[in-house]
Amino acid sequence: MACATEVMVVKAPADAVSLQCGGHPMASDAEPNSAEIAADFSAGTLMGKRYVNADGSLELLCIKPGEGSLALDSEALTTKQAQALPSSD
Amino acid sequence: MNVLVLLQMAAEAMPARVAVKCGNEQLTYGELYQLSLAAAGVFQASGCDYVALRDTSSLATPVALFGAAAAGKPYVPINYRLPQQEAAALLARVEPAFFIAGDGYAEGINLEGTVRVESSESFIAACRNADVTDIDPWLIDSDTVSVQLFTSGTTGIPKAAVLRHRNLTAYILGSVEFASADESSAVLVSVPPYHIAGISALLSSIYAGRRIVLLPNFDPQQWLDLCEAESVTNAFVVPTMLSRIVEKLDDHNLEHAPTPALRAVAYGGGKMPRPVIESALQRFPNVDFTNAYGLTETSSTITLLTPEDHREALASDDESVRCRMASVGRPLPGVEIEVRDGDGMNVGVGIAGEIYVRGEQVSGEYVEKGSLLDNDGWFPTRDAGYFDDGGYLFLDGRADDVIVRGGENISPGEIEDLLLTHPAVKDSAVVGIPSTEWGEAVAAAVVLEPGHTIDDTELRELVVSELRSSRAPERFLFLDELPYNEMGKLLRRSIKPLFE
Repeated sequence: MACATEVMVVKAPADAVSLQCGGHPMASDAEPNSAEIAADFSAGTLMGKRYVNADGSLELLCIKPGEGSLALDSEALTTKQAQALPSSD
Repeated sequence: MNVLVLLQMAAEAMPARVAVKCGNEQLTYGELYQLSLAAAGVFQASGCDYVALRDTSSLATPVALFGAAAAGKPYVPINYRLPQQEAAALLARVEPAFFIAGDGYAEGINLEGTVRVESSESFIAACRNADVTDIDPWLIDSDTVSVQLFTSGTTGIPKAAVLRHRNLTAYILGSVEFASADESSAVLVSVPPYHIAGISALLSSIYAGRRIVLLPNFDPQQWLDLCEAESVTNAFVVPTMLSRIVEKLDDHNLEHAPTPALRAVAYGGGKMPRPVIESALQRFPNVDFTNAYGLTETSSTITLLTPEDHREALASDDESVRCRMASVGRPLPGVEIEVRDGDGMNVGVGIAGEIYVRGEQVSGEYVEKGSLLDNDGWFPTRDAGYFDDGGYLFLDGRADDVIVRGGENISPGEIEDLLLTHPAVKDSAVVGIPSTEWGEAVAAAVVLEPGHTIDDTELRELVVSELRSSRAPERFLFLDELPYNEMGKLLRRSIKPLFE
């Protein structure tokens, strides 16, 4: 099954990188990549979650969830623990 | 990124949840999104360049905000309390406009610059009858103007502050976790639509997935009633609102507020008198209070005094911690703040200067003057203040309010706070008045507590003994009340002429 995940890039490293979801490169247009999800990258994405790499140079916002999970140059991304702020408005 | 995407995400994740409720009417997230897309088509067909709204809060407020975003046009809420002539002057600055006007708010106004005029009700009806336009929210450029707000103009002609989608969404993404509100969570919004807090309340609550309960015209009894009836969990108030809520509880001889579901109250928009917040903390013992400081030009909040900060300040024996109750807290994660002197140099801890702010949410831009950001992205707020050694920011009036007496800079706030400690003084405002000897002299307008009398000498001696003689007001004027705008901001420019 293909993956529906769509992300918005919040922060990106200066150098070119390869962004993957479900073990396959992500498309930069609205046309989904129809490749099968790789077992190692099938944990899924959650709407509204932030995903970061180990050094924090890349940050993505999931704007459409899917079955695949995100990776940068084959390194799995993790969800960012946002600082809990009290509501100010 | 743009504000419509924030709503689209909420509508996709929580379509059946109630987004906004006003009186007996409500919209779910799914309905609000669909109606906003329909509104975009209505706006586009009208040939307008702006969407202006002059009314109290209703379902039309969020539909106009997001519909304008979907149409790629600025949303311009106008103060409904302004005299017709002043409102007309603002409307003339946003031609051609689709004008949504509440009952009486378009009467006697020159409508030549409008392409279509609707009431809030007829506007919603028109959207319900229109086809939902096929709009891809991602195609709306983040650099497009989302909101144009006329700043309150306590010091002159209102300026048109510009907030682009990238400013507002930077604030929301930086301060709110998506869908973080549980289903029972409800926020009571009683600030008017034309205030930045009214805009940010809608955006934050929608991204969090919180049910928004609108109170069109603030009234303390209605506020308390709605809290109870709607099981309100969160609210934002300006200081005058909180003060009137506390007074209302006094009237009913209620030690504790009858608001069992209320968990968090944020306040801001003006200086909070310490007796009011201390009294509120007692009346709402189970409520977390947060002080938020921000400006229109910064897309709302830039610093926060958290509930934990409030509790620490209340419980501490250390005066330097206790006084943080009067602080506006520390900067948000995505915001940098510096305090600078007149030469633009960063001043040290404890020294007052002008507050500068930098961050993606900071627009610092006006239609008339363009961007006021410097080359490094810093915005001069014109607010004066200082940091304590814990990084807590204290406000000290407006930079323009500083009185320069014989070369000495005198901050009105310090003298006002001292005068307020006198049991006979209910309120006070200190301003600079022209002086042939000193350039400017210190003058104080004072409101006395009912039944009290006092003479100039006693108040002057208080200032001399606690501060220094140069800060003692040369002239006193006793008034029945001080002039405030409807958001609780002191109108200093109308006090100065009283001394002429």
